[in-house]
Amino acid sequence: MQEKVLMKGNEAIAEAAILAGCRHYFGYPITPQTEVAAYMAKRMPKIGGTFLQAESEIAAINMVYGVASTGKRAMTSSSSPGISLKTEGISYLAGADLPALIVNVQRGGPGLGGIQPSQSDYFLATRGPGHGDFHVLVFAPSSVQEMADLTSLAFDLAEKYRMPAMLLADGTMGQMMEPVVLPEPTELTREKPWAVTGTKCAREHNIINSLYLSPQELERLNIERFERYKTIEATETRWESFMMDDAEICIVSCGITARVSRNAIVEARKQGIKVGMIRPITLWPFPEKPLLEAAEKVKAFVCVELNMGQMIQDVELAIKCRKPVSLCSRVGGMIPSPEEVLAAIKQANE
Amino acid sequence: MADFEIVIAGFGGQGLLFTGKVLAYAGLLEGRELSWLPSYGPEMRGGTANCNVILSDTPVGSPIVQHPNVLMVMNAPSLDKYEADVAPGGTIFVDSSLIERKVNRDDVTVYYIPATRMAAEAGLSGLANMILLGAMIRTTGCISEDTLPDALHKVIPERKAHLFDANMKAIEAGRAEVA
Repeated sequence: MQEKVLMKGNEAIAEAAILAGCRHYFGYPITPQTEVAAYMAKRMPKIGGTFLQAESEIAAINMVYGVASTGKRAMTSSSSPGISLKTEGISYLAGADLPALIVNVQRGGPGLGGIQPSQSDYFLATRGPGHGDFHVLVFAPSSVQEMADLTSLAFDLAEKYRMPAMLLADGTMGQMMEPVVLPEPTELTREKPWAVTGTKCAREHNIINSLYLSPQELERLNIERFERYKTIEATETRWESFMMDDAEICIVSCGITARVSRNAIVEARKQGIKVGMIRPITLWPFPEKPLLEAAEKVKAFVCVELNMGQMIQDVELAIKCRKPVSLCSRVGGMIPSPEEVLAAIKQANE
Repeated sequence: MADFEIVIAGFGGQGLLFTGKVLAYAGLLEGRELSWLPSYGPEMRGGTANCNVILSDTPVGSPIVQHPNVLMVMNAPSLDKYEADVAPGGTIFVDSSLIERKVNRDDVTVYYIPATRMAAEAGLSGLANMILLGAMIRTTGCISEDTLPDALHKVIPERKAHLFDANMKAIEAGRAEVA
């Protein structure tokens, strides 16, 4: 086992990506994720990898497309405004069924917005970040340990299902340091018969492409892709339950706000309020099942997030609006205090 | 051991994040739960910079310190900003060579230490943060004095390893000031 070390969330992503066998990083600096690129710039040349600071976010994501086509693990990272620029490339990756990791350490928006933490790219990430009908796997780390573990998992599942994955973190997760045990190095053994690696005159050409001018063929590919999504929804949904056994109020929150909510739950429990939390770890696929089950038991849900109310829509859909769902949120880089979350819990409990 | 929720604040360049890192590494070496969260962004240029450190025996929830029980301040705006947040019974360490006013609370313990002047006079300029840290560790026991040197070795980059002794000397001076 690796020893416990102290790392920033952004550095943990970078090191975990290297341990997961990623040797190609393409990026462009933007606060609050620049440490990912800085770490890669230092490490990649020493291990025979490629670090490239592209001329733009768009160039970086298209370089990822190029490497991914060859079956190698590739990634890029950015923060919200930069991710907007990458969406064209992400759509192309999805259209070409290519695995890749895109890290989004979110900051407040819209526009250039601010540089402080946010979760306002929830819709962008979970509805398919780009044009066309598609999803990407979306992971929401809530600790530096998960920044590392989910990076590893994201690479693996992206490859398994041949689709892009997004690590959707926020500025706090990126900047904070916590003890972390890095994952063991991944042995890359998966066969990739689709990759463009040169035929060596021994096989038919592989073609990586997202242009299909035949409506019949394009429809078929879309339907096939969504069949795959059904499997993923059934088998790859991840969440964590916290103090839900006897809970009458259920908080739903991910990332930094789940950490704040934890403090509020501990305090509420001291005051005799039965509250727990379902923390989605995957945002797509969304943990609908545990939420619907919770709806049978609790009297209300409180969604705590750093946006004007985005995940709350998925919660309402998941529980088929069977119980009231209230929103506790701050935006623009502000983060609710445990006291604010506690007040929302008390209001829901009335 | 009680939880320590620590805010270290002042101007960018005073070694505030570094000070927090020493505490965080000591916590790691002691096998405790911890988090270290820096301020980042424009406030580092000229305004106040700060870092939040939590040391605990149970998993850390929010890494954001709302009510520090230990506050270390190295400029007046930081004292203005955080004074009211300090938990009753908490401890405040004031660099009294940079902050003229007194703390307006009677439910906290305050140590006024002219750290920046002391550092300059002892030929340890730039190490006022370590003087305050020495005083903090001695009076609050937030980390063990035994793990401190190892933590410091971890935080000082290799190219600055020769500064270890000066850092320890500053910490000693801080300890002596509150002995």
